[in-house]
Amino acid sequence: MIPMLSITDTHADSPAHAVVTAIVNAIPSPELGWTGLILLFPAISVVLTGLCCALRVKSKLPGWITVLALAGSFALVLKLYFLRGDAGAPVVVHLWDWMNFSWGNQDKWHSLQADVSVYVDSLTLFWLLFVTGLGTLIAIYATEYMEADVGKGYARFFNGVSIFILAMCTLVMADNLILMYLGWEGVGLASYLLIGYYYKKPAAAAAGQKAFIVNRIGDLGLAVGIWLIWVNYGTIEFNTLFQVWNDADRGVGGFDKALIPYCLMLGAFGKSAQLPLYVWLPDAMEGPTPVSALIHAATMVTAGVYLIARTYPLFTLHPDALATVAWVGGLTAIFSATIGMAQYDFKRVFAYSTISQLGYMFMGLGVGTTFGAAYHTLTHAFFKALLFLTAGAIMHGFAGQLDLRKLSGLRKVPGFKIVSWTMLIGCLWLSAFPYSAGMLSKDVILVQALSGKDHGFVWLGWIGLITAAMTAYYAFRVWFRVCAGPVFYMPGEESHDDHDAHHDDHGAHADPTSTTSHEFHPHAPRWAMNGVLLIIMLGAFATGIPGYMEMRGESNWAQVMMAHSSAFAGSVQAHVTDAVNFGMNPHQLVEVFGTAASLGGIAIAMYFHLLQRKSADKLRAWLLAHNSIRWIPVAMENKWYVDEFYHACVRGPAWIAGHILHFTDKHVVDGLMVNGIGRIPAALGRLFQPLYNGVLQGYATTMAGGAALVVAWVVYRWLTSGVGA
Amino acid sequence: MTHLLAVSQYGASHAVTITLAMSALLFTIGLVGFLVRRNMILMFLCTEIMFQAAALAFIAFGRMRMDTGGQIFVIFILTIAAAEAALALGLVILLFRRKETLSSEAWSELHE
Repeated sequence: MIPMLSITDTHADSPAHAVVTAIVNAIPSPELGWTGLILLFPAISVVLTGLCCALRVKSKLPGWITVLALAGSFALVLKLYFLRGDAGAPVVVHLWDWMNFSWGNQDKWHSLQADVSVYVDSLTLFWLLFVTGLGTLIAIYATEYMEADVGKGYARFFNGVSIFILAMCTLVMADNLILMYLGWEGVGLASYLLIGYYYKKPAAAAAGQKAFIVNRIGDLGLAVGIWLIWVNYGTIEFNTLFQVWNDADRGVGGFDKALIPYCLMLGAFGKSAQLPLYVWLPDAMEGPTPVSALIHAATMVTAGVYLIARTYPLFTLHPDALATVAWVGGLTAIFSATIGMAQYDFKRVFAYSTISQLGYMFMGLGVGTTFGAAYHTLTHAFFKALLFLTAGAIMHGFAGQLDLRKLSGLRKVPGFKIVSWTMLIGCLWLSAFPYSAGMLSKDVILVQALSGKDHGFVWLGWIGLITAAMTAYYAFRVWFRVCAGPVFYMPGEESHDDHDAHHDDHGAHADPTSTTSHEFHPHAPRWAMNGVLLIIMLGAFATGIPGYMEMRGESNWAQVMMAHSSAFAGSVQAHVTDAVNFGMNPHQLVEVFGTAASLGGIAIAMYFHLLQRKSADKLRAWLLAHNSIRWIPVAMENKWYVDEFYHACVRGPAWIAGHILHFTDKHVVDGLMVNGIGRIPAALGRLFQPLYNGVLQGYATTMAGGAALVVAWVVYRWLTSGVGA
Repeated sequence: MTHLLAVSQYGASHAVTITLAMSALLFTIGLVGFLVRRNMILMFLCTEIMFQAAALAFIAFGRMRMDTGGQIFVIFILTIAAAEAALALGLVILLFRRKETLSSEAWSELHE
């Protein structure tokens, strides 16, 4: 059993004001060696699904292998959670040696140790719980969703999912930065492989590359950050690092130390799709929808939040570091919300909403409530996974149709009832409907922001409230268009998929009078997809529990878990009742304006997209008709031309530089230098070539002439030297 | 003839001078013959003439040094020349069989 630490437990009673200044030293716990199985199960699944790939297994076997492995990991995570509780001290479990270098003097700056060890504190557990839990559920969903690809890409898909869960668990369980970096790159690899799952489609291949390359920029920051941490602290193990940080001076000061948080946040912004590196995430929607739900909404993109929460103490090294995180998060939230409002592809709407919600999480980290950030991560993981999975069910059923103008009234279509109503729950949670989990977690962040006294955090709070209204609008724009209203649907372009083939038997082919196309039958989801949707919906309800407890001033497990991890050290929790705006304290402000924003956004969406659908087009036409404002809808629909801007400023110059270098290499290095030098002997040979005419007498003449010259020279020397005189 | 055999003040008698001159003449005849003729047998004979010019020079220098080394060398040269003549004529016959001509111009493959 793990000993509970009594010093920190006292803080749990006053969650909003608790400040744990020291991070508890981790306990080496070899008896917890079985935690390694959390990593081993997905690793076995990687091997087995890889074998299924190689053997071209033509059944759903690889899917169920993955589900089983992930469920095993989830069960072990639960066991670990119940063993340790919310407030247990961190433990370190050494699994095996990996890197251990030392050179020169035997002090800490002359050694580098990175073992395959597990550092489990409540932050790790918090992430592990929803990563493995949602991973299992989404894998079950995918067994049905991907069934059209059985025998083709099915095993490859589940191989990618297994790699992802293995890497993600490594990322959150690593006890040192190098192992964490391995997991970090591993999730990037899995993301790349799964975005490019339909690799024959050029858009999917390009999207995979884009995600990988944009992430490289962030990963460079992370790598430099790890190096700077080692240079400054002589260790990359979290526990040792935190103990160094616990010392009185905390190493504050020095240019390169102040740079550490900025390097780390660059990595976090890349992985979590924040400004300016968010551009890869919308394109990542080219991957299969379960992947979008699992990797690009619920889990992988929160790795940046995890990274900052894990290294939170280091963010005090520069006074403006956390403020930068907060502002980047807040600006990303409102920026991507404006784009999300104007997209017609509802999977893209959800993608932009993911970026926007991640912005909230970073805002929470920056303004000082790691609890708010982690709690919003949890609620977002559930409701956004739910939204993506319902979007996937609709895509699956309507042959890839994603245009919200071409689908309507799905709640009345047979077989789509569960999808429609679970999507409603997801949309309510996303739009922070009063007393939904999404509202509770968002409010923690906004209250903290509005309590801020410096760095303009109050403005950030207002930005967050405005974004909340926009979020409510675009979430319900999708729902009212797709699920409500009169029944109407047009199938997408994948209507000749083989999973639709058996429906055709009683359609066009049986009917000789049919001329062009057959009647389209929606392909309703079956038990695996519906069941998973219902379970995740229940999970989305359950994520509200810590929020209710927080609201009633009780300590709750999410709060306690954050308070007993590295995510709490160094965070300055402001007294939320201090700041006053409009005669209200931040709690009342968020309650009033947050509710107004959510309900107002929903009401506007209801008017434009349910009651008076034509008025939306009229509004758009009216905006486009006026030259002074027509740029607003144009820019929003074109995603503010950010991709075009990057194309002109980064891709263009890189393309030109690439061609210049290619030309230099081909014509100067290869042409002039390598081949040019090679041509010199040939040219010399050609110069003397006429001497070799093949006539024997010619050679003899040359030889005789040469001999005569030698003799003449000898005689000349002999005569002039005076020997013969 | 006595003055021809007398040792000169430079260490060489007139006889040696004359013999060396004869050697040079023979060598020149052989060289010119080699260069102007195209018949491989004649060219080979010309090389033999140059060979004998060299042998004659050995004799002359042996005489000048008043030892037998030069003459011994000539015996070896003659022996080797005989063996080499057999070999060379064999080659010429082989070449003739290939192209039905003795002209050296038929053999110019080395020319590019």
